[in-house]
Amino acid sequence: MKKTKTMNRRTLLASPYIVWVIGFTVIPLGVIFKYALTGQEGGFSLENIGAIFDPIHFKAMLFSLEIALGCTLLCILLSYPLVMALKALNMGRQSFVMFIWILPMWMNFILRLLAWQMILSNNGILNFLLTKLGLEALPLANTGAAVMIGVVYDYLPYMVLPIFNAVAEIDEDIIEAAKDLGANGFTVFRRIIFPLSIPGLLSGIVMVFVPSMTSFVISDILGGGKLQLIGNVIEQEFTKSSNWNLGSGLSVSLMIFVLLSMAFTTKNDVEGKGSAIW
Amino acid sequence: MKDVILELDSVSKSFDGKKVLNHLNLEIGRNEFITLLGPSGCGKSTTLRIIGGFEKPDEGRVLFEGKDITGLSPDKRNVNTVFQKYSLFPHMDVAENIAFGLKLKKKSSQYIRDKIRYALKLVNMDGYETRKPDSLSGGQQQRVAIARAIVNEPEILLLDEPLGALDLKLRHGMQRELIKIKKEVGITFVYVTHDQEEALTMSDRIVVMNKGIIQQMGTSKSIYDEPQNAFVADFIGDSNIIDGIMEKDCLVWIQGVRIPCVDTGFAKDEPVDVVIRPEDLVIVKEDEGYLKGTVVSIIFKGAVYEIKVRVGEYEWIVQSVNPAQVGTVVGMTILPDNIQIMHKPHSEDAEVVREDE
Repeated sequence: MKKTKTMNRRTLLASPYIVWVIGFTVIPLGVIFKYALTGQEGGFSLENIGAIFDPIHFKAMLFSLEIALGCTLLCILLSYPLVMALKALNMGRQSFVMFIWILPMWMNFILRLLAWQMILSNNGILNFLLTKLGLEALPLANTGAAVMIGVVYDYLPYMVLPIFNAVAEIDEDIIEAAKDLGANGFTVFRRIIFPLSIPGLLSGIVMVFVPSMTSFVISDILGGGKLQLIGNVIEQEFTKSSNWNLGSGLSVSLMIFVLLSMAFTTKNDVEGKGSAIW
Repeated sequence: MKDVILELDSVSKSFDGKKVLNHLNLEIGRNEFITLLGPSGCGKSTTLRIIGGFEKPDEGRVLFEGKDITGLSPDKRNVNTVFQKYSLFPHMDVAENIAFGLKLKKKSSQYIRDKIRYALKLVNMDGYETRKPDSLSGGQQQRVAIARAIVNEPEILLLDEPLGALDLKLRHGMQRELIKIKKEVGITFVYVTHDQEEALTMSDRIVVMNKGIIQQMGTSKSIYDEPQNAFVADFIGDSNIIDGIMEKDCLVWIQGVRIPCVDTGFAKDEPVDVVIRPEDLVIVKEDEGYLKGTVVSIIFKGAVYEIKVRVGEYEWIVQSVNPAQVGTVVGMTILPDNIQIMHKPHSEDAEVVREDE
């Protein structure tokens, strides 16, 4: 009797969110699925879902995967040295460095990308500096490398933060115990710090891999519109070709792919901490 | 001379300008069970961390078998530590935890397997190899931590309040087991605690510390029976500590009464601290004792009664197997042997007393 009463009150508290979830997640998803499963002539069809295997779309998908995997890997490689350096600082400095690190995230996303466009363009700041130093200019503008720089720059904080949180949680006593038992600095990292940071690493992978896989603005601006990520293809189906059915079909295929790869990643996370953001 | 395994030579250490250790000298004998005892902040844990290599002293040297190891990092010292918070590796099971040090030493897997079995048997944890630390109780985790340290066959085992987080009953059991383990493995134990009872039960030798200075060193019995200053007397067990005046050798004035004692070597009429243990005071009839006072309270403590007797401004603590009536006037007597006379310290820093064995 009492239980149902408290349950009711909880449900009442949750009602705004239920409305939100139904209005902005469930219904739109349903609409997308409806479009995706509707063929050219009306009726039910799987052709839009299957369109992902069309050579042009498949190429864009592969390129997206390449960018997302590369970006995730680079972010991991860049994060650990930073996290270890941060760990060595005292609390006050830690939060200051973190603040500096996160500061660009408060600036407009497009503005940041336009800045990178300026830096990387053929007559941009980077090449100006390189020629001044007597080095050869790098034709980075509108290349995959430029897109990669953009995604890594944008998503690196999302990798650093969860890894840092996981590492900061490790009790100093445990590290001292490892040293006491004969572990040098590298062994402490390999056997203690890295394994204990895995929940954070998995969160970081989810937070970096998914958005970099589905992004399209970055490749639009830094790829000069020539490089097609799957996100760009979907965007164009909706805006230029006005083929909502195909756009929705590709979105659904992409979503299935991302969900599968995430299920694979978090399956290994036995502690369940890494899936906290799900 | 005894066989000295580790020597601290005039070691000083400050944190944020606050002196934690002040020119500490300490010799630790091979195969000794030595306890550093003192209140929190007395420098005992810092001393242990300096021996373990986790802190570098500002001044002074650490000598291991005569060799200077002051600058050596913890992983290069033949010393292992059992931490207060157990500090087991949460992502490894019990066997992996114990094998950690041995694997780093590149021991054969057969050797490691044997060692794990031996160590778990030693700490009464056979069969727990595949359990994760967070599925064990505090006492079990501490046993694993001890096993993990011991398998490396250190010359010295450092124990930093290892039983501090356990409940009283478990603590008593573990104290007995630690003594048993010490006998079995035959290595030097350096034990840190703030629990005087624990120190008295387990140690071959106790080092009482306060404010980064050694107050007294000696066996449990000598520290308990002959505290050399008021701090030690107060810290080790309950004591009556009262001002007195040494009229002449073997005669002390306390609360206006002359009481015979056995202490000599004081100046005539020197003000002194007098220490009398509660169990050494005997309650007698009103006029048969040296001191006469009123019983103000009585508490039953299991084996004995703790009786408070007010004499003048001072409330004496007396332990007795016989009860007394609150409000009655009683006499108290004491054997000359059981009175401990101490010089008054000139200042706090002068509270350095050493006892040579």
